[in-house]
Amino acid sequence: MTKILILPRALIACMAFISGFCIMTIEMLGARILSPYFGGSLSVWGSIITIFMLALALGYLLGGRLSTRTPSGVTYALFFIGAALFSVPIILFADIIMNPIMINIEDARYGSLFASIFLFFIPTSILGMISPYSVRLMVDKEEHSGHMAGLLYFISTLGSALGTLGTSFYFVLWYEVNQILWGSVLSLMLAGFVILFFDKFLKAA
Amino acid sequence: MLKNRIKFIASGFSLLIVSLFLAAESSAETIHEERSKYRDITVTQIGERRCLLFNVHRGDRNQTCMMLDNPDQLVFDYTRMSFAGLLLQQSPKNILVIGLGGGSIPMTFADLFPSAQIDVIEIDDAVVKVAGEYFDFNETQNMKVHVGDGRPFIKRAGLRGEKYDYIVLDAFSGDYIPEHMLTREFLEEVKAVMTNDGVLIANTFSTSRLYDHESVTYQRAFSEFYNFKLPTSGNRIIIAQLGVLPPREELVEASRSLELSLDKYGINIIDYPRRLTTRADWDMSRRELTDQYSPGNLLRGN
Repeated sequence: MTKILILPRALIACMAFISGFCIMTIEMLGARILSPYFGGSLSVWGSIITIFMLALALGYLLGGRLSTRTPSGVTYALFFIGAALFSVPIILFADIIMNPIMINIEDARYGSLFASIFLFFIPTSILGMISPYSVRLMVDKEEHSGHMAGLLYFISTLGSALGTLGTSFYFVLWYEVNQILWGSVLSLMLAGFVILFFDKFLKAA
Repeated sequence: MLKNRIKFIASGFSLLIVSLFLAAESSAETIHEERSKYRDITVTQIGERRCLLFNVHRGDRNQTCMMLDNPDQLVFDYTRMSFAGLLLQQSPKNILVIGLGGGSIPMTFADLFPSAQIDVIEIDDAVVKVAGEYFDFNETQNMKVHVGDGRPFIKRAGLRGEKYDYIVLDAFSGDYIPEHMLTREFLEEVKAVMTNDGVLIANTFSTSRLYDHESVTYQRAFSEFYNFKLPTSGNRIIIAQLGVLPPREELVEASRSLELSLDKYGINIIDYPRRLTTRADWDMSRRELTDQYSPGNLLRGN
């Protein structure tokens, strides 16, 4: 059975790229945000990666679940806007969040783990929902589902690779941490509004 | 075709083996290798000279050595230079050393000032182990080693209201620079644990763009500092204090009274005062390093 696509495939591909890019940009900055409080040891990186992986895992699960109900462009857009909004505390409240954690948890390993949960878990989970939902939006024929899933993984992982490279090689040399974070927030926000725009005005076309 | 290829691979192998032998012959004997979370640690020995080496395979021979027949002797310039702060603070009572290495800096302090409290922070517990087993480093009643990162340690010390009158920052001798300990915010945290007559010694980089950025950052934090270089060393030592730096005459005077007690470590303190300068020989237009902007490892490559 062939269904009608809500959004153009190229747009969804673009969005998957942006989400992949932003996930890794924020993750790469994680160590820089945490190091003043918990140091730069290997375990701090371990905490960050663990929490990102757990948050993404949960996001994949929930995003997949949500896609089984009537998928909509508005829900899709809300993932981006939600991720953008929940990333703002990383910029504005990082010190307020990390200070009490550092004071109360002597062991830097668990301190950094808890700090990562409070700072990164929610926005990363929301970003994780984008992937399975994108697959749902791109599939119109059952036999294409694997193809589309592969294409999406390809694009979003490519975005992640470039987000990692760009952040660690160049952005930190050119900009301040918070400027890069605001850049991610803005990109995600913009992505959300572009989706809303397409959903409202160009659906018929 | 296949035969040729096998021949080619075989000749490559024999070449590799020969070159490995040659490399081994020209270097010292490895007496111990320690696995670590952070880097490879190798202990080598040539005659009476025993050394602790990091990252041997990279060719970046960061090391610290001791003479087995004369363990008091400090082998490297940067280690000796770390005691230049005594010109400004002659009798430290609370000493903080960030970065253990072979332990020669804290051990010399313990020898010089037996009643001083010495805290050592080392991120790598494997280094603590090797320093204990091969470099005679032992904790004592007055000298404690804390395994962990320097920055949270100092932050916590500040919260507890603890103060030090001699701080040695020697965390930058590895392959990877801890960027969070180069920033203005970090230096403010260090200032918070310094006594009014305390002195900060930072063993830092003398080459690359990082030199400029780092100098600008220290200047903003301390308004002025003594820059200390020796023609024989690639290191640059920063000497900073909370208050105004003493004039050179005072340093000369201090060096005379310290000369005898430092002689056995090989510290030629009498030569140091004329090497200290407050003159800025860096590009002052460079950006200050902060927690928001600290790409030390990228700047080092340029």
